[in-house]
Amino acid sequence: MIISRFLRRGISTSTSPTRRRSWWDHVTPALKDPINAVTDAFLADPCPYKINLGVVPFFSLITIACSSLGDSKNNLGSGIFQGAYRDDEGKPVVLQCVREAEGKTGATNFLCIGRESTSTAISSKLVEESAKLIYGEDSDVIKERRFAGIPALSGTGACRIFAEFQKRFYPDSTIYFPDPTWSNHRNIWGDAHVPDRTFHYYHPDSKGLNFVALMDDVKNAPDGSFFLLQPCAHNPTGVDPTDEQWLEISSLFKVKNHFPFFDVAYQGFASGDVERDAQAIRIFLEDGHSIGCAQSFAKNMGLYGHRVGCLSILCNDKIQAVAIKSQLKQISNTMYGSPPIHGISLVSKILSNPDIKALWLKEVKVMATRIQRMRATLREALERLGSPLNWQHITNQVGMFCFSGLTRAEVDQLAKEFHIYMTHDGRISMAGVTTKNVDYVARAIHEVTASDRDIKILHNIGAYKVNTDICSTSLGTKKTRARGMNLAL
Amino acid sequence: MASSVFSLASATPSASLSSHDIEKGKLNLRNTSLCFKKEKNNPFMKIKSFGRISMVVASNVSRFEGITMAPPDPILGVSEAFKADNHELKLNLGVGAYRTEELEPYVLDVVKKADKLLLEKGENREYLPIEGLAAFNKVTADLLFGADNPVIKQQRVATVQGLSGTGSLRLAAALIERYFPGGEVLISSPTWGNHKNIFNDAKVPWSEYRYYDPKTVGLDFEGMMADIKAAPEGSFILLHGCAHNPTGIDPTPEQWEIIADVIQEKNHIPFFDIAYQGFASGSLGADAASVRMFVARGMEVIAAQSYSKNLGLYAERIGAINVVCSSPDAAARVKSQLKRIARPMYSNPPVHGARIVANIVGDAALFKEWNAEMEMMAGRIKNVRDKLFDSLSSEDKSGKDWSFVLKQIGMFSFTGLNKAQCDNMTTKWHIYMTKDGRISLAGLSLAKCEYLADAIIDSYHNVS
Repeated sequence: MIISRFLRRGISTSTSPTRRRSWWDHVTPALKDPINAVTDAFLADPCPYKINLGVVPFFSLITIACSSLGDSKNNLGSGIFQGAYRDDEGKPVVLQCVREAEGKTGATNFLCIGRESTSTAISSKLVEESAKLIYGEDSDVIKERRFAGIPALSGTGACRIFAEFQKRFYPDSTIYFPDPTWSNHRNIWGDAHVPDRTFHYYHPDSKGLNFVALMDDVKNAPDGSFFLLQPCAHNPTGVDPTDEQWLEISSLFKVKNHFPFFDVAYQGFASGDVERDAQAIRIFLEDGHSIGCAQSFAKNMGLYGHRVGCLSILCNDKIQAVAIKSQLKQISNTMYGSPPIHGISLVSKILSNPDIKALWLKEVKVMATRIQRMRATLREALERLGSPLNWQHITNQVGMFCFSGLTRAEVDQLAKEFHIYMTHDGRISMAGVTTKNVDYVARAIHEVTASDRDIKILHNIGAYKVNTDICSTSLGTKKTRARGMNLAL
Repeated sequence: MASSVFSLASATPSASLSSHDIEKGKLNLRNTSLCFKKEKNNPFMKIKSFGRISMVVASNVSRFEGITMAPPDPILGVSEAFKADNHELKLNLGVGAYRTEELEPYVLDVVKKADKLLLEKGENREYLPIEGLAAFNKVTADLLFGADNPVIKQQRVATVQGLSGTGSLRLAAALIERYFPGGEVLISSPTWGNHKNIFNDAKVPWSEYRYYDPKTVGLDFEGMMADIKAAPEGSFILLHGCAHNPTGIDPTPEQWEIIADVIQEKNHIPFFDIAYQGFASGSLGADAASVRMFVARGMEVIAAQSYSKNLGLYAERIGAINVVCSSPDAAARVKSQLKRIARPMYSNPPVHGARIVANIVGDAALFKEWNAEMEMMAGRIKNVRDKLFDSLSSEDKSGKDWSFVLKQIGMFSFTGLNKAQCDNMTTKWHIYMTKDGRISLAGLSLAKCEYLADAIIDSYHNVS
């Protein structure tokens, strides 16, 4: 047993810093995220025009350095790492609707101090408004109050409470994730001891949805499986099903009696319209599914650091809703007590005050529009440069992220030669692209995909059979590739 | 890109799609109208039409049909009952939330100032790092251990911002579960109700050590020492740093030394829960004495902090978990694993409360003001204790010794009343308290001491 190994430690009464045996000798450093080497490289890069397109140091011990450095150098900060929005100057944004809500809520917050009744009232308001936002104000679910909801610590917290709830009441169940999905999903359900499986989602060739394989996997899963779905602006691919595809998925779910759990992190960010972005959920509701929903206000209200979200589960009736809510509260009570009031009161104010809500909807549209514009601009720039590669996925994909299709080698080359940093899977955070840097980014991407380009041209000529071994051996050594091609010719 | 669409052509409710249907290629859905009609009279049946084919599909019965109500929280339930009571003399001595003499919640001046500063600064709302606000982590460790403490200078403390005391305890519990499988936590009998729940949900086994002696309404020191000695070596001993909740009974400084001796002998790990720093003696520094003594002995210590009560930041959820290790390397590793635990719980902690605390503790003038307000709050509670003791002693002619009211420390007092007597307090006197006999003096005003004394005397003597 691990414990016995540490029973014989000596009792030291000195406080000298010489190496002493510790209870924690067997604690290893947490696994560094594989892309940490790139993060470190970004931070260490002295280049004044370096660009961060979404490197993510989740477990980096340098995270502290990120947040302190970020604002002084290049205003890129650690937030971009987690997909935080940036304006066209590359700066973080505090929405005007948030400032207005804050002006109104200051006094109220103080009333919460020590007065649970006020906190409870505000929490209930948040849940009600969040439910209206995602399920639709006029939905039967809202009118009949057939939902159990609690405020949660943003999307992560909502997912975790649900995962614990799932484990508690369906101890032998698994969860199906789209492949790929946000990396923290696996950790969340993992720490709740719910095993996970994947279903096909992203099609690397088309850089779009692998719908056939998706439906196959849904069909082949055991009846009554739990699925995690992202209703819009899929993270990390940006690939969303069409409405027609959602209809199909919903029908199949009905037949298979699967449980759909939606992780809604980007309502408003996909199309710019919060109602439009909720379409997938409305479709499922229409089909009579009793879904679960994790909502985050981190991105669409820019409240990242406040940790505001909502977990809701649809029920048969009000009575069941009360029972389920009591269970959800009990789970959260032992994890963190109650959620922090500041963010909750801001969101509930924003959603319940018609003027402030109208302002918010405008601001969300502005953010989403900027991202869409950057997508279009980046694609146009690449096409203008004469890249024969197909870049339409840049504008087909939706939301904060773009799965560029760049290879690991190309990503590394972008960092080394062009000081552009992104995750190794080629995921670009479009929030990091601005009118100032988009041409440079396009040129850089065009450069590093040169070999792909040449190969494609040769393909089209029909004169060259690609020997992938030759091309993918070394990092950006065009010479090698050229040699390879010359040999073949 | 190829995307295959298909139509459900089967008329049976349990239709499943054959792979043939799907692999057939592009099936044209455009000619098929999907219309969904809800049958209002039977909520469990829905009719779907696909062109001319209708299908009846049973709507999903809730997966969570069998879920029952969770039991109500014993402490918060008291407040609810109090709210429902219309009696003019009613008194809420349930929750440990500080109230003024007028029995109003109290917003500290320093908190108002710090909050205003934040509003003016208009700082961004970006994500904090997983371990929390660096400025907060620094001041919170300084506050607990003393800024000059060698363990801080030597970087031997792993500090991670947590969601108040509860969240910080949960992080520590998860760390124990992961790195000390089978390792047990010993908690005092009685202790704060949520301790058991936290360890249960974190799947950490726990047992109790004797603490409260109903005969003396004081500390069962012999029992406590015996139980801690008897625990398997390397157990985690949960200690309240000061102002024990719910009893208000703290070990004396001499007793703390003996506790430390025994823990060291048995190679146990001391695990402090400090929720009331400042509320015991009125001095923030003095209330950290027990923790600092253990650390000064070179022991590795876990300590959870909360700013809910002493800064009144209940709703902001601000606290920290500290692990004092014997080397900076161990501290770095432990911190990385605490982060690893926090990330799938909530990714990163909330920013607002952290900024308030960092501003207050980090600013000399505001910190001084806080010390003064802390003394005032603790002072009010001491005055109330005195008045209650006086009232009890003068009203009660039986000669019972009520001095425990004076000896107990912090927000709470264990009255020694049993459940039936507590019920009498509520039903006859409209005084709300928890059923274990605990009253929150923070909810008592000088004006109501006599009334309370009468109620206690009546319940103690006339009810069994």
